Amino acid sequence: MIEIEGITKRYDETTVVDNVSMVIEPRTIATIVGTSGSGKTTLLRMINRLVEPTSGVIKLDGADNRSLPGYQLRRSIGYAIQGHGLFPHRTVAQNIATVPLLLGWDRDRIKARVDELMTLYQLDPQAYGPRYPHELSGGQQQRVGVARALAAEPNVLLMDEPFGALDPIIRTKAQEDLLAIQKRFGTTIILVTHDMEEAVHLGDKIAVMDAGKLVQYAKPAEILARPASGFVETLVGASERPFRLLSLGHVRDAVEPGGAEGEAIPGDATQRDALAELLWSGRPALPVKGADGRLIGRVTVEGLVKRAARPQ
Amino acid sequence: MKAWLPTLLRLAVLALLVVFITSPGWFEPLLKPLTENGAPAIYNQGSLLTLTLQHLRTVLIATVAATTVAVALAILVTRPAGAEFLPLSRSLVNIGQTFPPVAVLALAVPAVGFGEKPTLIALFLYGLLPIFENALTALTTLPGNVMEAARGAGMTGWQRLMKVELPLSTPVILGGIRLSVVISLATATIGSTVAAKTLGEVIIAGLISNNLAYVLQGGLIVAALAVLIYDGLSAIERYAARRMGQGGE
Repeated sequence: MIEIEGITKRYDETTVVDNVSMVIEPRTIATIVGTSGSGKTTLLRMINRLVEPTSGVIKLDGADNRSLPGYQLRRSIGYAIQGHGLFPHRTVAQNIATVPLLLGWDRDRIKARVDELMTLYQLDPQAYGPRYPHELSGGQQQRVGVARALAAEPNVLLMDEPFGALDPIIRTKAQEDLLAIQKRFGTTIILVTHDMEEAVHLGDKIAVMDAGKLVQYAKPAEILARPASGFVETLVGASERPFRLLSLGHVRDAVEPGGAEGEAIPGDATQRDALAELLWSGRPALPVKGADGRLIGRVTVEGLVKRAARPQ
Repeated sequence: MKAWLPTLLRLAVLALLVVFITSPGWFEPLLKPLTENGAPAIYNQGSLLTLTLQHLRTVLIATVAATTVAVALAILVTRPAGAEFLPLSRSLVNIGQTFPPVAVLALAVPAVGFGEKPTLIALFLYGLLPIFENALTALTTLPGNVMEAARGAGMTGWQRLMKVELPLSTPVILGGIRLSVVISLATATIGSTVAAKTLGEVIIAGLISNNLAYVLQGGLIVAALAVLIYDGLSAIERYAARRMGQGGE
């Protein structure tokens, strides 16, 4: 659990982060959205003390983050940044081993962990371990960057626009990988992004920041349905709102009894995907199949449209 | 085949150089036409091999000292604690460069006497600037996100310096050392005006006795050394740059 209490950061007369308080539950993903200069990156960097706050307290699992020297604190917190920041003079395996080496793990343990993470990220340890970062594609570099951040099994992972430099297809894949890995390790993740789509997709809760202030901190559905201010509404994008709302729900939750013609859509697809498929194929209903491949009902355009309406 | 040519050429120059300084007598017929009145064609007041080795030794000592001081200085002024000394150290090193080496020699002789010492002082001061400038450039233009990642991973200031900053700066610092070495190789010859044992002795002897053969052999050995060492250091630099993933060729 991360408790941020009344955190303020001032540079001379400029207040970059203004009295922000929020609590991030363990094993959840919190996304921080905002425009450039909204203070979201500074807020993130105060959690691992790359920036020292002017006032306020940040507690990690109840302990003040100033109770350890900064460098020791940072070894216990994963940190992944835009453009990955891999060490160009070290191999992929050495890059991933950075924090375990600093912590003085023994060689076998480091090797086992590096191999585990590389396999998890679909990079063959034999083939890619001895390569240098510049020999990898952008997507692979990004994966190594996240693997490095996770190497020392941190409870908390901070990510600063980690997918910002990726093309849309690799980006979607990277997001799915992150969700899968978060589930597997139960890591608490705080992810900064300027992309509302990404924030809605990844976040269990979304914090919206504007001019250093925390404008709203709520579940994605809440942010979409009841934006706290005009700024949040603009950020959500009025024309995108219903579709974003649908993207939060799974098809299996919108199933109605009955059958329909055509190929079935899996129940764990998003309702947005289902609506898109319905509109594109011009059909009024789609059959839905469960995880075991059996038909469990259907979704209809009518039903989905109702779900896309502003919650009352 | 083409790619072999430069390597072959270098090996040929190296072989020629080694043969010349070990058995200069073999080349006497070649240099004889350059002398007058039956003067000796090959330097005979000392072994060319010994002079070459002493020349290299002088340059090596001066370069190692200049590298140590320049890199240490660059590290110091790029730490937060030393940042205010940046302009001061820059001007100090610049003064070292604007001072003509001959003047340094002239000033150093009364202080430390004749011989190798004043030459070392002049070469040291002269070699500082290129190394310092390059080290400073390298240390201040490190990729921001790599440094951010190093801090974020929990490296201490010392660990960042040793594990990230210096390794990444190596190619550029090597470039500075290469420039400094080549300048020193040439400048060391004037050390012989204050009785340092360098290849300058051969050239000066030639100038005094109006013996073109001496001047030529002294000059050519220094030139060949400079070219070979420049090439060798460039190769090391390229290798280092490739290791850093910074393109190369």
